[in-house]
Amino acid sequence: MSSVTPNEIKKEFLKSKIGIAGIAILTILISISIITTITIPVETFQEWNNPGSWITYPKTAIPIWVNLFLIDKIPEHKILTEPKIATVSNDEINLSSYQFNVNFNYDEFPNDFIYSYSAEYANSPLFQMSVIRPDGIKLELVSTSLPHSNLKIIHEDRVFSTDAMIKKELTLQSEKFEFKINELSSEGIIFSKTEINQPLKGNYIFSIDLYGVNDESKIVESNLIIGGKAFGIMGTDELRRDLAIGLLWGTPLALFIGLVVSIASVVMGLMYGVYAGFKGKKTDETLMRFNDVIYALPALPFLIILSVTISNSIFVMVGFLMIFGWVGIAKVARSMSLQIKTRGYVEAATMMGQKDSKIILKHILPQLLPYAFASVAISVPAAITTEAGLSFLGLGDPSFPTWGQILHDANTFGAAARGLWWWIVPPGIMIAITGLAFVFIGNALDAIINPKLKR
Amino acid sequence: MKKYVATRVATMFGVLLITLLITVILVGSNMDTILKQGVVFQVRSEIIENPAIAESFSSVKEFEAFIDKQTDERIKNLGLDEPWHSPQRIGFTMYKIILLDFGQATFLTSDVGSSDVKDIIFEKLPRTILLFTSATIIISIIGIFVGALSASKIGSTIDRITSSFAIISSSFPVWWIGMLMIFLFAFTYQIFPARATPDIPSSSPEYLGALLYHMTLPLITIVMIGFGSWAYLVRNFMVGIMQEDFIVAKKTMGVKQNRITYIHALKNAAPPIITILALSLSGSLGGAIITEAVFDWPGMGRLYFEAISVMDLPVIIGATYILTVFFLVSIFIADLLYGYFDPRIRSGANP
Repeated sequence: MSSVTPNEIKKEFLKSKIGIAGIAILTILISISIITTITIPVETFQEWNNPGSWITYPKTAIPIWVNLFLIDKIPEHKILTEPKIATVSNDEINLSSYQFNVNFNYDEFPNDFIYSYSAEYANSPLFQMSVIRPDGIKLELVSTSLPHSNLKIIHEDRVFSTDAMIKKELTLQSEKFEFKINELSSEGIIFSKTEINQPLKGNYIFSIDLYGVNDESKIVESNLIIGGKAFGIMGTDELRRDLAIGLLWGTPLALFIGLVVSIASVVMGLMYGVYAGFKGKKTDETLMRFNDVIYALPALPFLIILSVTISNSIFVMVGFLMIFGWVGIAKVARSMSLQIKTRGYVEAATMMGQKDSKIILKHILPQLLPYAFASVAISVPAAITTEAGLSFLGLGDPSFPTWGQILHDANTFGAAARGLWWWIVPPGIMIAITGLAFVFIGNALDAIINPKLKR
Repeated sequence: MKKYVATRVATMFGVLLITLLITVILVGSNMDTILKQGVVFQVRSEIIENPAIAESFSSVKEFEAFIDKQTDERIKNLGLDEPWHSPQRIGFTMYKIILLDFGQATFLTSDVGSSDVKDIIFEKLPRTILLFTSATIIISIIGIFVGALSASKIGSTIDRITSSFAIISSSFPVWWIGMLMIFLFAFTYQIFPARATPDIPSSSPEYLGALLYHMTLPLITIVMIGFGSWAYLVRNFMVGIMQEDFIVAKKTMGVKQNRITYIHALKNAAPPIITILALSLSGSLGGAIITEAVFDWPGMGRLYFEAISVMDLPVIIGATYILTVFFLVSIFIADLLYGYFDPRIRSGANP
């Protein structure tokens, strides 16, 4: 037991490199959390488990920065939403033209492409889709008329690269290629060099033309997706979810779980232990026997049973984790308060007839504060890893994208076997870094409180 | 000392009963439903097997009435008519469990095909002991040596590496490292099998060899993550002792550094080390539920996980009971060892 003052602790703490490192990491994590909660709309994280909201994203795409280290560039997944619009009116015929610029500089063909649109028209306009390649060749892709309607309607549709129509149009233009194109997929033809079937790099212009007779027709909303194998800073998972969003949202969640569980456990443990130690005799004996009982409960099996039978909500889970967190701290707090109790000023206060609660709060608890801070820091990683572990087993709260939850999904979809490292490595590293930050801080504090270890 | 042991034993038994009670209460209501469904199923299948009874009914109503009557009778005989939370039923269930009669598993079976929970548990237990207990022993041996080494050269490179390795390794979850190891050494470089369950039947003579081969990857993972914190712990115990007067005296007497470290200092650091060893050995018996799930190791941990995912309640209760017993016995042994080594407790002073 030491009697270091808060100022001394602060001074000593600032001297320890490891403590500073811990604080630095923690600051970064906290700023990530703040930025995440402010910049990423809450809806995205509520939509985490809704497959419909991730439909435009690619499946298990590698992070895009991987391309920096590769000689053969992997095609990026591109979602283009803002076409260049041009309208030409010529007596009876109205032409609205929409052009998408696709800068394609990769060494593999894209997976596919999808053009989805909603067009506003009356009668039956002509819909044409073509692509102008970097070598100047223009390929017709689609030429069709939209379903007839007498009134003005909004028609929604999608053009897939796998559509038979595109294949047919391309076969008609097969003389432009020096090899047989019958067996190839349409994206394998469009993005190919004419001499051999290899990707042609450069700027592609996809243009969609809508011809209306007499009536004005236009495309209200449209986007072109060039399906690639690389997307986002962190890639995507099997359910097309952007892992960067999951990882970012995991930060505030992990900090919340870790801090709430450890602070609450330490406060509970301190109160309990100090009270037991201060009261002594029968009270002490009873309280400590109860403490023994909780201490002897096997924690993980119980947490599993509790989450299966009662609730797996993240808030209830925090409560369960507290049940097992306070026990060790109570034991230490008790033995510390046994020592402090015998000090002169505490005995004096008792003799002066001060209330027990006042003595505990004013004279004993402040002495234990350094220890309390150290234990908060040290018990955070355990809380985070335990929650991650439970989530990993599939017992976590499925509505929150915690890091454990991401790893659980990775395991379910066999990410290890399929070599999807970007799905396994980052969540674990985040767990470890968060743990490290608190372990560093805890160790630095510990070294100040127990100076013996330092030498 | 006697009084100390007696209170300890009493506490342990109390804890065991409380654990059991909590488990039974938590899963009790589900258990009740499952048992009753079992009775109805039993009655129906008996009638189907015996066409003579089935033919004796003139209407469907009569048939249903007969089944209801039969079911009610059996439920009464089994004592299921009382609510599951009645003291008699809980008492009876707990009494049976204490005598290791866990009943029949609902879904899970042992490899041989027995659905007796006791058989299942005692089939899985040796495998967990094989993996986790050997890992714990290896960890503690490496840990003690590395810890002693770094304690003898405080501030040296070895000491710093040990300390930082301990801190860093303790913040990685073992199961995540397990996933990485599987990713690296089972798929990228195909050295070890990904699933730790051998695919040959347990009766064949090569089974043990296959089991050991499958065990390598989990063993390496557990040891790699575990020994750092052991070394750090041992180091911290030793550092305290190295500053004691008698060590300084030994040094001035000219006793060699190695002798001081490994014989005199280690001997004095033994009590806490042995206590922790006892605790971690017992902890290892439960296996790590998550680690076994990752490596698909067919031990207690995975059994527990499987039982929970299909809600096989008799298995859950049985496994919890066995785990708690081991845990308590080892806490008890650790306590006794600590008491034995610590003269203050041995002399009967307040523990």
